[in-house]
Amino acid sequence: MAATVPRAQAFEVRRTAEGLELELTGEWRVREVAAIETALAAIDLRTVPRVRIAGAEVTFRGAPPDQLRLIEQTLVDEPARALRLEAVAPGEPGERLLIAIGRYVVRSAHELVHGLAFLGRSLTTLAADLAHPRRLRPISIVRHVYDTGITAMPIVALIAFLISVIIAYMSAQQLRGLGADIYVVDLVAIGVLRELGVLLTSVIVAGRSGSAFAAELGSMKLNEEVDALIATAADPFELLVVPRLLGLVIALPLLTVIADLVGLSGGALLCRLLLDMPLTQYVNRVEYAISPTTFWVGIIKAPVFALLIAFAGCYRGMQVRGSARELGHLVTVAVVQAIFLVILADALFAVLFMRMEI
Amino acid sequence: MEPVLEVRGLVNRFGSQVVHDGLDMQVQADDVFGIVGGSGSGKSVLLRTILGLQRPSAGTVRLYGKDITQLSEAQLRPIKAGYGVAFQEGALYSGLTVLENVQLPMIEHLQLPPDALDGLARLKIRLVGLPAEAAAKYPAQLSGGMVKRAAVARALALDPQLLFLDEPTSGLDPVSAAAFDDLVLYLQQHLKLTIVMITHDLDSIFRTCNRVGVIVDRRMESDTLERIVNYPHPWIQAYFHGERARARLGAEHGA
Repeated sequence: MAATVPRAQAFEVRRTAEGLELELTGEWRVREVAAIETALAAIDLRTVPRVRIAGAEVTFRGAPPDQLRLIEQTLVDEPARALRLEAVAPGEPGERLLIAIGRYVVRSAHELVHGLAFLGRSLTTLAADLAHPRRLRPISIVRHVYDTGITAMPIVALIAFLISVIIAYMSAQQLRGLGADIYVVDLVAIGVLRELGVLLTSVIVAGRSGSAFAAELGSMKLNEEVDALIATAADPFELLVVPRLLGLVIALPLLTVIADLVGLSGGALLCRLLLDMPLTQYVNRVEYAISPTTFWVGIIKAPVFALLIAFAGCYRGMQVRGSARELGHLVTVAVVQAIFLVILADALFAVLFMRMEI
Repeated sequence: MEPVLEVRGLVNRFGSQVVHDGLDMQVQADDVFGIVGGSGSGKSVLLRTILGLQRPSAGTVRLYGKDITQLSEAQLRPIKAGYGVAFQEGALYSGLTVLENVQLPMIEHLQLPPDALDGLARLKIRLVGLPAEAAAKYPAQLSGGMVKRAAVARALALDPQLLFLDEPTSGLDPVSAAAFDDLVLYLQQHLKLTIVMITHDLDSIFRTCNRVGVIVDRRMESDTLERIVNYPHPWIQAYFHGERARARLGAEHGA
């Protein structure tokens, strides 16, 4: 009985009184591994009286090849490692799934606890700093207001303009058929002021500044800068986290005001071009459509969203340790979570405001 | 005399991996103490533990007689003000100039008028041999050797008694490394510093250190430089008497 390997001959199998004998022939290199494995799998062991799993005896005719010493060296620790692998990865697929779920739950619970601890420490440091305003970092805060606010103005204005154009255009098409042109103004004004102005601004800021915070703090962690701060007894929360938090809490409401203004202007332009509505009529209708609270319902959400974005960015940034790859991963996580938290909070606000009948 | 730094029975464990197992270490005032060990032997972990950046699994770390593993952040503050650290890659705050980097610990711990801050920081920068114009530069604009010097300038900001250096000469060419060794000696003599440095550099050790601690088998063997080179432990023998060390020792004995 001889198993033959397609193309390259790798071994010959002989049955003897004691058992199975393999004679290795030809080339045994990485390139041939697939073919050899297929051939080895094809050997029928069922007719062998006993198979000892743990070991095999190898006899050499002539001197053993040099490569064998290499194999010996690399295999020295192998049994122990194989045992350990077996312990963590049991065979049953159902069991594996259960373990994976368990791990996920435990990890999520840890994440939640750590996240809350980070948020708590940020807020207590913020409170302590506000109680002793001399510990606030005005230069740092102003820098973050500039980086997250002033430089974001063009893109925020552009997006607000485009979104108001989209709402006006879509609603004009639908409402014109009903002869309810005037309600286009209501839709634009209420939509932008209550929801879209603040929401879109927050999403843009989450993408810009959430990622910037995570990347800045993450690379500071990689560069041991955070350790250097701690080693001089300087509080990274006070120096790094709180200024970013405060900077964004100041910048985002201001950006939202700009988004609101540009959004309303965009609506006015569209109504003029699409519906031939004079500006005075547009302004009158806006005044009629919105209640005194409409603007504030939108703007009150901005500081909360700012807090969430800054938290996600700083928290993920501070988690970076070790590698550039982790930095990239955590920056991504920071942005995704910032946007998720903002939209979740917006939904909660919607429910809250409905209950309050605002 | 009470040791400046005393580590007793230190154990550091990460999961099933034991990095230190009953490590003892003692540094006296005015020592230049070199910490040596193979890659992965836990030199950095030891330094991080001493600096209070991570809590040990067991053991005590006494700085000036106070066990830092038992102290709160607030209690650690005055102790941290008493030592300076120059990290391996400098760890300069990349968003600040060299001058601002040196000023930051002063601002954190002292109430100084701006012109005093400026003058003191420039003094430190001159002290470590950096040109005056380096003060206005950002870390990214400095060469490797200048970054290391700037890191020392920042470590000296609060006039510490104790200076930690993490691989100060790694990544430097031999001439710059020798110049840095001279700086260490100069600072040690003129500022009466106690210096603890992690290093791989045999030249550095022979030039600057009077005591050396070698991390072997998760513990530390420490002694004076003259005696430790003759310890029988195979790693210590390989380190001080290997191919790369032989030339150095020959030169020492010849001199």
